[in-house]
Amino acid sequence: MSRTPLDTVEHAAATPDVELPWAELGLKKDEYERVVEILGRRPTGAELAMYSVMWSEHCSYKSSKVHLRQFGEKAPQSDALLVGIGENAGVVDVGQGYAVTFKVESHNHPSYVEPYQGAATGVGGIVRDIIAMGARPVAVVDPLRFGAADHPDTKRVLPGVVAGIGGYGNCLGLPNIGGEVVFDACYQGNPLVNAGAIGVMRHEDIHLAKASGSGNKVILYGARTGGDGIGGASILASETFDDAKPSKRPAVQVGDPFQEKLLIECTLEAFKEKLVVGIQDLGAAGLSCATSELASNGSGGMRVTLDDVPLRDSTLSPEEILMSESQERMCAVVEPEKVDRFLEICDKWDVIATVIGEVTDGDRLEIYWHGGKIVDVDPRTVAHDGPVYERPYARPQWQDALQADDAGKLARPASPAELKDQVRKLVASPNQASKKWITSQYDHFVQGNTVLAQPEDSGMIRIDEESGLGVAIATDGNGRYAKLDPYAGAQLALAEAYRNVATTGAKPLAVSDCLNFGSPEDPAVMWQFAEAIRGLADACQQLGTPVTGGNVSLYNQTGEAAIHPTPVVAVLGVIDDVARRTPVAFQEEGQLLYLLGDTREEFGGSAWSQVVHDHLGGLPPKVDLERERLLGEILISASRDGMIDSAHDLSDGGLIQAVVESALLGEKGARLVVPDGLDAFTFLFSESAGRAVVAVPRSEELRFNDMCGARGLPVTRIGVVDGDSVDVQGEFALSLEELREAHEATIPALLA
Amino acid sequence: MTARIGVVTFPGSLDDRDTQRAIRLAGAEPVALWHKDKNLHQVDAVVLPGGFSYGDYLRAGAISRFSPVMETVIEQAKAGLPVLGICNGFQILTEAHLLPGGMLGNDHLHFICRDQKLRVENADTAWTADYESGQEIHIPLKNMDGRYVADEYTLDKLEAEGRVAFRYVARGEAAHGYGNPNGSLRDIAGITNEAGNVVGLMPHPEHAVEPLIGSGRTDGLPFFTSILKKLVNA
Repeated sequence: MSRTPLDTVEHAAATPDVELPWAELGLKKDEYERVVEILGRRPTGAELAMYSVMWSEHCSYKSSKVHLRQFGEKAPQSDALLVGIGENAGVVDVGQGYAVTFKVESHNHPSYVEPYQGAATGVGGIVRDIIAMGARPVAVVDPLRFGAADHPDTKRVLPGVVAGIGGYGNCLGLPNIGGEVVFDACYQGNPLVNAGAIGVMRHEDIHLAKASGSGNKVILYGARTGGDGIGGASILASETFDDAKPSKRPAVQVGDPFQEKLLIECTLEAFKEKLVVGIQDLGAAGLSCATSELASNGSGGMRVTLDDVPLRDSTLSPEEILMSESQERMCAVVEPEKVDRFLEICDKWDVIATVIGEVTDGDRLEIYWHGGKIVDVDPRTVAHDGPVYERPYARPQWQDALQADDAGKLARPASPAELKDQVRKLVASPNQASKKWITSQYDHFVQGNTVLAQPEDSGMIRIDEESGLGVAIATDGNGRYAKLDPYAGAQLALAEAYRNVATTGAKPLAVSDCLNFGSPEDPAVMWQFAEAIRGLADACQQLGTPVTGGNVSLYNQTGEAAIHPTPVVAVLGVIDDVARRTPVAFQEEGQLLYLLGDTREEFGGSAWSQVVHDHLGGLPPKVDLERERLLGEILISASRDGMIDSAHDLSDGGLIQAVVESALLGEKGARLVVPDGLDAFTFLFSESAGRAVVAVPRSEELRFNDMCGARGLPVTRIGVVDGDSVDVQGEFALSLEELREAHEATIPALLA
Repeated sequence: MTARIGVVTFPGSLDDRDTQRAIRLAGAEPVALWHKDKNLHQVDAVVLPGGFSYGDYLRAGAISRFSPVMETVIEQAKAGLPVLGICNGFQILTEAHLLPGGMLGNDHLHFICRDQKLRVENADTAWTADYESGQEIHIPLKNMDGRYVADEYTLDKLEAEGRVAFRYVARGEAAHGYGNPNGSLRDIAGITNEAGNVVGLMPHPEHAVEPLIGSGRTDGLPFFTSILKKLVNA
C-alpha cells in the first residue's frame, strides 16, 4: 500500500499542479500536454502510465504510421484476405473453408539483454497473437540475425536465443519449420530476433479483439500478474508515489511455456463452445493495451476493478499492474450466462481465471482501485489517437559512393584451382554453412503435419488430412542488398520469399513483414525506412500479395551505427495437395538439371563479395517482379503436374550454393556444364534474382521444356544428377564428403 | 472388431493427437484418456505420449507419475495391460517404476531433434512383434532429457534378459547425425519389462507413420500394428 493518498481522478482534478515524471516515462513535452488537453486535467499516475506506454514507439507506431499507410493504399485486389492490418494478426482464406492467420514480430532488444528469455517470450507473444484470432497455432518460424559469427558476444547471444526459442516452442508443441540465421558485424549489439507463427481455423471461428455488449464480463485468465517488464512504471511507482519501496525489477519478462500450453488448450476449448465474444492477448503494455484496445474496438465502454487482478506480488501498485508485461495472460469478453462454463474450462486446465470488469453502455474506460476511480479516459485516445510524426528523412550522402563502389571490379578467380577454393570457402562461410546445429535444437516433427521444414525453401504444413490441403511459409531478408538500395532490397526480400514458396509448389497468397531499422531520429535511417516501405508496398501490389500485418522495430542502433536496413518478409502460400510438394534434395541419379531465368553479372551485396573480399558496394541484383511471377507459375505447374522432382531457389551464394545444398541433402552429386555465353565464375556465383534450379526426370524433359518455351521463361540445361561429387566440367570437382565437411563443420566449431 | 487403444493427455502432453492418428492409421480405435480420470474406459492398451507434462518441472515425468490416471495404469500394467511410453511417456514409466533406470539431460546439454537410426533388439514384446530382431529402422528423436542411465547391475540384468528393446546405431561416424545422440548408457534407446507388455523408448514412432510427413519414413507404424494384431488375435 502506498503511503501517499491514492491518485484518483478526483484527486488529479483537485491537484492540477502536481508534477508527474512524464519525461522519465518516455513522453515528450508536447505529448504530455496533449494528454492534459484530452483529459481536460492532469492525468492520474495510472492514466499517465497507460498513455506513456501506449504512445511509445513500440505500441503506437508513431514514427512509422505515415509510411505504413501505403500497405493499405496500395493493397492489391485479393479475394484471399479475410482480416487485414490492425487486428492481432491478418487472416487469409486458403480454401475448403479454412482460414490461416500468420504474423512476424520482433523481440530484438530483450534478446540482446537476456538472450534466452528474450527469445522465449518472443515466441510466446506471437503465439498468443495467433490464438487471439481464434486459431490453433500450427507452426513457428524464426528469422534471426547476429553479429559476426566469430565475435565473442555472438557466442553469448546466439546459443541463448536458440535455446530460448527451442525451450519455449518445443514445450508448446509447435513445429519450427523455417526462418533464417544471418551473421553480419552490423548486428553486433543489435541482434534481430524475429518470431513468426501460423495458425489455422475454420472461417466461422475468426475472433476479433473487441468488447461489445453492455453487461458482458471481462475475464483475465492465465498467469498471475507480477512485476516483470514494467520498466518505466517502476519510476512512477518509486519516484512519485512511494519512494520507500524497492522497485528494481527485471526489465525482460520471464516465460513459462507450460502455462502458455495450458492457455492455448483452454482458449481453443472455449472457442469451440462459442463462449467468447472478444479476445485480446496481453503482450506489450499488458493490461493497459488489452483493456484500451478491447474497449476502443467495441461498441461500448468498460469498467475494470484492478483489485481483482490475481497478483504474484501483492506489493504492486496499480500503475505497475497496468503496465506489467507478465507473460501468458489473455483477456476475454464473455456473455454473463456463459461465464460459469468459461471458468469451468479454465479450471479443467488448471488456469486461473477472474472476472475483472464488464462492458458498459458508455464510451469511457474506467478503472478502479481500492474503491477509487484511478482511470477515466476515452479508450480510443489511448489505443488509437497517439501522436503521429512526420520524421524528416533524407537520402544519406554516402549512398552514392556506396553504390559507385561496384562489386564487378573485384578480383575474380584466375584459375580453376582458385575457383574451386572460393567455392569451398563460400559453402563453409558462416552465412552459407549448414545451420543444422541450430535447427536440430527445434522440434520440427510435433503435431505430425510437417511436410517440409528447414533447410527446405519453405516450411510446409498439412492442414487437412483428408484432402491434403497445406500451407507454406518462407521468410527472407537481405540487409546487404537493402543497404545498397533500400527500395530494391525490400522488393528482393519479397521476391525471394515469394520464390521460395513457389519453389516448393505452393501458390503465394499474402505477406507479413518485420521491419528492422535503426533510429527514426536519424534522417538517413528514416529515408531507408521510407524507401523500403515504398518498395515493399509497390512490389506487393504488383505481385498481388497483400500485406496482412506486421511489426516495426526501430532504434536497432548503437551510438551512431545503425544496423543494415533489414526488412524481413514472410510470404504465406497454399498448396492443394501436399503430396505434390517439391523438396530441395536431389531425388534420383540421371535426372536433368535445368536453370530457370536469366543470369547476369550481378555481384553487388553478394555472398561471394562478402566471403572472398569482405566487400559491400555497388547495386543489388535487378528486380523483375513479372519474371518472379512467371517463374512462380512455372514452378507451381511443374510441381502439380509431376514434371520436376526437386527444386531450389537461387539467392545468396548463387547457383553453386543451391546445387551443393541439393546434392548434400539428397546424398547425390551433380555434373554441371557451364552454359554457352557465361563464364564459370558468373555461372556459379552470380546472384541474379528470378532464378531456380530444377531436377527433371528424363521422361518429363520434353513436356517441361515445352511449357517453359510456351510461357517464355528462359531455361538452360546445365547438367545432370550424378555421382558422388559436384563436378563443374572443365573446371573442378569437389567430393560430397569434402563439401559436407566444409558445409557442416563451421557452425558447431564456432558455437558448440 | 478392432482394438481400443487409450492415449493419456497430461497437462503439457504434445504428441497425444499424433499418437491417436498413428493408432487410427494402424487400424485400431484411439481413445482419449484424461489425466484426472482414473477410469481407463475399457481400453485394451495404453500409450503415454510425448511432450513436456507439467512443463518437465521438478524432473521429467516426476509429477505426472502421481496423476489419478496413473494409479490405474500402474495397477493394470502389473496385471498385463500393454503400455507404451514414448519419450515423456518413457520418463513417466521409469518414474512410476514400471521400467528400471531413468533419464538425465543430454550429454551435450541441448535439445536434439533428428531422424535417428535404431536397431530393434527385442522383437518379442507386445509392441515390437511386427519387427524382425536386429532390424534397423529410422525413427525421429526429439528431447532434452533423453540420456538413459541405470546402475551396472540393472544394465547387466537388462542385457542378460534381453530387455533392451532398442539401441542407437551408428552409420559410420557419429558426426553425420547417427549414433548415440545423448550419451545413453550402452546406447540404450528403449527397454521392456520382464513380461514384455510395458515398453518405453525415447524416439517417437508416431512421427514415422506416413510417407509424406515428418521423416518421410513409415518405420514407426509396426509399433501400432504389432499391438493391434496381438489384441485382435488374443
